[in-house]
Amino acid sequence: MSLTALERLDRRWIFLAVGLLVLGPLLRPLGLPLGTSAPVRQFHDTIAGIPDGSLVLVSCDFDPGGKPELVPMTKTALRQLWEKRCRLVITCLWVGGPGLVGETLESVADEFRAKGRPLEYGKDYVYLGFKAGYEAVMVLMGKGIAGAYPQDQRGNLVSTLPLMRNVRDYSSFVLLVSISAGYPGTKEWVQQVNLRFGLPMVSGCTAVSAPEYYPYLQSGQLSGLLGGMAGAAEYEKIRGEKGTATQGMDAQSLAHAFIALCIVAGNLVQWRKRRAAQS
Amino acid sequence: MNMSQEFGVWVAALLTLFIFSFLYKDNPLYKFAEHLFVGVSAGYYIVLNFWTVVVPNLYDPLVRTFTGRDPMSGEAVAQAGGPFAASLGDYRGWLLLPGILGVLLFSRMIPRIEWLSRWSLAVIIGTYVGIKTTGFAQADLVAQVQGSLVPLWTGAWGSSLNAILFTVGLITSLLFFFYSREHKGTLGVLARTGIVFLMVSFGAGYGYTVMARLSLLIGRFQFLLEDWLGIR
Repeated sequence: MSLTALERLDRRWIFLAVGLLVLGPLLRPLGLPLGTSAPVRQFHDTIAGIPDGSLVLVSCDFDPGGKPELVPMTKTALRQLWEKRCRLVITCLWVGGPGLVGETLESVADEFRAKGRPLEYGKDYVYLGFKAGYEAVMVLMGKGIAGAYPQDQRGNLVSTLPLMRNVRDYSSFVLLVSISAGYPGTKEWVQQVNLRFGLPMVSGCTAVSAPEYYPYLQSGQLSGLLGGMAGAAEYEKIRGEKGTATQGMDAQSLAHAFIALCIVAGNLVQWRKRRAAQS
Repeated sequence: MNMSQEFGVWVAALLTLFIFSFLYKDNPLYKFAEHLFVGVSAGYYIVLNFWTVVVPNLYDPLVRTFTGRDPMSGEAVAQAGGPFAASLGDYRGWLLLPGILGVLLFSRMIPRIEWLSRWSLAVIIGTYVGIKTTGFAQADLVAQVQGSLVPLWTGAWGSSLNAILFTVGLITSLLFFFYSREHKGTLGVLARTGIVFLMVSFGAGYGYTVMARLSLLIGRFQFLLEDWLGIR
């Protein structure tokens, strides 16, 4: 195909090619190599470094749009935390998220129950659910978790839950794990909570948000960062798991290579056109 | 292949295919799925906000305060010091004020008194400006400036080169946004160097965006293959 023909190419052929390149490896995995990067190792090591049985705040700020990237890393993080017998308080600041977050939470809890480790709701973990107010909720939680969340997602009064008797405000937690799809999310937790209340935090975020959060990692405000599906897959690799993020990485690699080729071809076409116009 | 027998999975799968059909061209099936999504989302958000915010954070505390009974259990609750007492911890009686401000927001629907909604908006904007400004100043200004002051020689060649690149990129990128002098001479060279660093960051941002969009496609394909068609 000539470069001029490329210029007139119906973009639906590109959609079809990307679709096939994604579908192929999902049906027949290629097993392309996958390394691990420093921010992902830092995320893992930070959680590994907290004392067993610690109280950890997990904020799952996403909705179904972030499912392919964020649910795999949320599951892996929950597994790592519960293997350390950490007690978790889980929140959600995205209105479309409570159902998905609850489902993710219970699916991992059920894995532990199936392995003979009964995780008890109210003692080992509490899901506070959704609260509207963005940063205002974060600030309010600093004055008392029960003030911001009088009830949990199941409608229980928070003050009646055994785990919450040990939880006052951010000073009760050793770490904040922020799984974020955008606003409100990691950036707002860093701005409102990390420095102000001195709560160390790690973040798992969608790929779109990752470049914005790298400065926080460089400055030490974040202790670890998982960026998108690649970050989730690397985290799964470190943990020795083979989840949906790992399964999707072959398709990611092929589609990325194809898009890179399209960019090169598009630039070649434009360069030739400009040269022809000048001569 | 073990196709799903669940009605919900079939609905989700068909709606996914309806949305994908837009890639070929706009059509009624796509429009149907789009409108359904918007309508269901709006209804879901309203109901969720009512039951997780208005009821537990406003209605229940007010009922508890002014009736002296817990709205869920019906048991009597301690009311030492009256409904507006600080001893209640959350100043429950005062929740009437945000409640009234919330109701005033709906005055926009009545043109004659729509100006009342500005009071509520003023409180919302003022509160968020305050919260955002302090948070930004602490985390994005002071902490980032502090984090940018890195030693150029760290004792190792690799990390030192990294630190030098970082510092050159930071200074030249900042100089690109210095518009008080024309970008000529030394300033022009530095500003053009800054553009190179900015381009690298835009490229990284674009790459990450592509990854995010492909992840969505992969997620949908995984759903169609595994949950719907039962392949793998």
